[in-house]
Amino acid sequence: MEIKLTLNGRPVAASIAPDTLLLDFVRAQGCLSVKRGCETANCGLCTVLMDGTPVLSCSVLAARAAGRHVQTLEGLQEEAADFAAFIADQGAEQCGFCNPGFVMNTVALLRENPDPTDDEIRAYLAGNLCRCSGYEGQLRGIRAYLNSKKEG
Amino acid sequence: MANNWKAVGRPVRKKDAMQLLLGKPAYVDDVTSRDCLVVKVLRSPHAHALIEEIRTDIAEKVPGIACIFTWKDVPQKRFTMAGQTYPEPSPYDRLILDRRVRFVGDAVAVVAGESEKAVDQALGLIRVCYQVLEPVLDLHTAKDNPILVHPEENWQSLCPVGADNRRNLCASDTCSDGDVDAVLADCDEVVEHTYHTKACQQAMMETFRTYAEMDAYGRLHIVSSTQIVFHVRRILANALDIPKSKIHVEKPRIGGGFGAKQTVVAEVYPALVTWKTGRPSKMIYSREECQIAGSPRHEMELHVRVGANRDGVIRAIDVYTLSNTGAYGEHGPTTVGLSGHKSIPLYTGNLEAFRFAYDVVYTNVQAAGAYRGYGATQGIFAVESAVSELADRLGIDPVVLREKNMVREGQIMSAYYNEPASACALDRCMAHCKALFGWEEKYPVRDMGNGKVRTAGVAMAMQGSGISGVDVGSATIKLSDEGFYNLSIGAADMGTGCDTILAQMAAECLDCSVDDIAVFGADSDASPYDSGSYASSTTYVTGKAVEKACAQLKENLCRIAAGMLDCDVDEVEFAGRTVKKLDGTDEVSLFDIAAKSMCGNETAAQVTVSHSSPISPPPFMVGMVEIELDTETGQVDVLDYTAVVDCGTPVNPNLARVQTEGGIVQGIGMALFEDVTYEPSGRIMENSLMQYKIPTRLDMGRLRVEFESSYEQSGPFGAKSIGEIVINTPSPAIAHAIAHATGVWHRTLPITPEKVLRGIQSSRK
Repeated sequence: MEIKLTLNGRPVAASIAPDTLLLDFVRAQGCLSVKRGCETANCGLCTVLMDGTPVLSCSVLAARAAGRHVQTLEGLQEEAADFAAFIADQGAEQCGFCNPGFVMNTVALLRENPDPTDDEIRAYLAGNLCRCSGYEGQLRGIRAYLNSKKEG
Repeated sequence: MANNWKAVGRPVRKKDAMQLLLGKPAYVDDVTSRDCLVVKVLRSPHAHALIEEIRTDIAEKVPGIACIFTWKDVPQKRFTMAGQTYPEPSPYDRLILDRRVRFVGDAVAVVAGESEKAVDQALGLIRVCYQVLEPVLDLHTAKDNPILVHPEENWQSLCPVGADNRRNLCASDTCSDGDVDAVLADCDEVVEHTYHTKACQQAMMETFRTYAEMDAYGRLHIVSSTQIVFHVRRILANALDIPKSKIHVEKPRIGGGFGAKQTVVAEVYPALVTWKTGRPSKMIYSREECQIAGSPRHEMELHVRVGANRDGVIRAIDVYTLSNTGAYGEHGPTTVGLSGHKSIPLYTGNLEAFRFAYDVVYTNVQAAGAYRGYGATQGIFAVESAVSELADRLGIDPVVLREKNMVREGQIMSAYYNEPASACALDRCMAHCKALFGWEEKYPVRDMGNGKVRTAGVAMAMQGSGISGVDVGSATIKLSDEGFYNLSIGAADMGTGCDTILAQMAAECLDCSVDDIAVFGADSDASPYDSGSYASSTTYVTGKAVEKACAQLKENLCRIAAGMLDCDVDEVEFAGRTVKKLDGTDEVSLFDIAAKSMCGNETAAQVTVSHSSPISPPPFMVGMVEIELDTETGQVDVLDYTAVVDCGTPVNPNLARVQTEGGIVQGIGMALFEDVTYEPSGRIMENSLMQYKIPTRLDMGRLRVEFESSYEQSGPFGAKSIGEIVINTPSPAIAHAIAHATGVWHRTLPITPEKVLRGIQSSRK
């Protein structure tokens, strides 16, 4: 089948098999930041934004993205770099494999709620698994970013 | 120790941090061709069976299928997938594909095709006729069971580890010091119990994956997510029965390892396909495959006796470990050793006698492997639990009991191969942790008035720093244009940050910025030899190689500079950005030395140094946990986990801290919910992250990590290790807290709410 969508601001037309997952589609389009960590929608690694809303691309058919705006981390580099530097300053990226998913979800969180509490951050990112960091350093990084914004 | 370090001991940002955070292509599947064969494995539905007939003719007709291999197509020489130094202690008990399948998930056939769909279709069209055999599923009945997991004649054990395939034994040994039975008989109090830990999964976020292609020289080029590039080369050559010279292995960034990638889990399949067909191929393990055919922790059952006098002097410890290596023996003979040798020595203080005996058995379940902690985790859960129960019985505060008996700096640890505790701040870790955590306030059971109670638990831990007399670390350091340096290593940064901390050490030695050190690793053709990143070896062993290499490089640079200054080498000294004459009359810049090294020069501006250590100095640690336990539901929430670690010098305090936090959270998962259970057929129930629950951000409470540094003279800048020890305290500390809250000791992990509630109910009866 043929689909048309906007991927990171760029119009894309493609011929796909109807059962193609959005995850495999965006990777085939060169968006290699999007990772697969499980097959059961449990890890959050494949998070992308569809019309601005975070979705698990392993559980969305590419066909469902027809006519929509899909964003991956490739398209949000500047917005992400803003707070990602604070996570780097904690060493909390570690192996990095979960990073794109949780960074995408953090982008969504901060758009929705620019001044979240620690508990709100934990709750929003609860679906983004990380096996390396123990999560605390990622929270410290996001908190440091929020504090730096307040201090202007 | 006072020092004026500029790079070591600093919270330097990890060199790859921003690239990883911004999702740049860095991992196997990102940096290798998409235009290659997809490799998958048909897996056995039976725990034990012989393949009577296997028909692939229909499957081969699926359009796009390139090849299908069965047991008839592979070399019949056995090998081990364990990434260990040759001769490997793990028995040679594997074939790439075997006629006998030994667990649910064992490989039956390898299929390669041009698309995943074609391969999936072909997998469904292979017809296998099995002679189903009775499996050995219970580790208790495995030893000397008439059913043999490895009856084959060409099974081979290279090292004297007490293995005997005719008895289902992968290893067996006893060691002791003093008369443990006599001392225990003389003790006022002896705690004696059996503890059981499960085959937990590393669950690194990037599953096993490997790409293979034939290079321009006709060699097999492997790009794999591995901790052990050199061992992969040897193991693949053994598996394919081809010369080692025909293989080249490299690793890109690794999406987590935790020991899983110290075993050659996925590599053999694409290697076989590419070697046989000449076509590039790739295998990406699914999460389900990781769960059922990976290389998890060894399930262990430990029988512990701890004897003490009424005054709390611990006099003897007796440990017997029964370890389940599953269908194959990867890391079986070695993991088990840590269950005693890295638990008993914690109580060296007044110890008069110890005994440590073990059997490692084959069974028809998923083969185990290496997982952070490597047997110490299991042993420390058992011994620390027994010591906390001893404190309970003696009516002595568990912290006080530990302070009375813990190993102290300078003591010889009889249960740790008679190595000295040359640098040991365990006593300071305990005092610091106690104060930081607020032990006095948090240990008493507090009724919160809503059916919930709060209390605390404590545990100590140790590990090693590399394998004594075995592990080799090497570093090549080279001066390059304009005076920057290339540091090449064979150790594998799997997210831990070893590329960065080794660069910090080089920068310290060479008096330059960490940014002036470009790190490369790891590649079996290009890197100097390194055993690989496991056994908590990289900081301590490879780090020392870096330090020594830099010292030698400085000598070479002085020699080049002396030639330029037309003086004797004794008359100059290395001064960072320059080499100066000692009398201060002249100097040459590093920039000019680098230029000279590339023009009419015969003194190498590069050196390679290898290092190995005869000892493995243990890091030490104390962990304290505060829990809230719901007496109505059995739910246990971790409120506060406080840990103080002695890893020698923390080379990068940020990375050491995050290692610790990550290990603690992994340990919390092991303690409370990561379970592995089997259907009667031997099939694993927890075959996805849906069933196998690893901790989320909501499961870990507050974490606080601080350091009490000792200074290990034999380590680089006083450093020991950090990577593994950090997973060892949560299980015993949490079990202790739950027992203190409910009066019921849980000796089988994980301690789920159901078990806690049943414990409370049975204790009320």
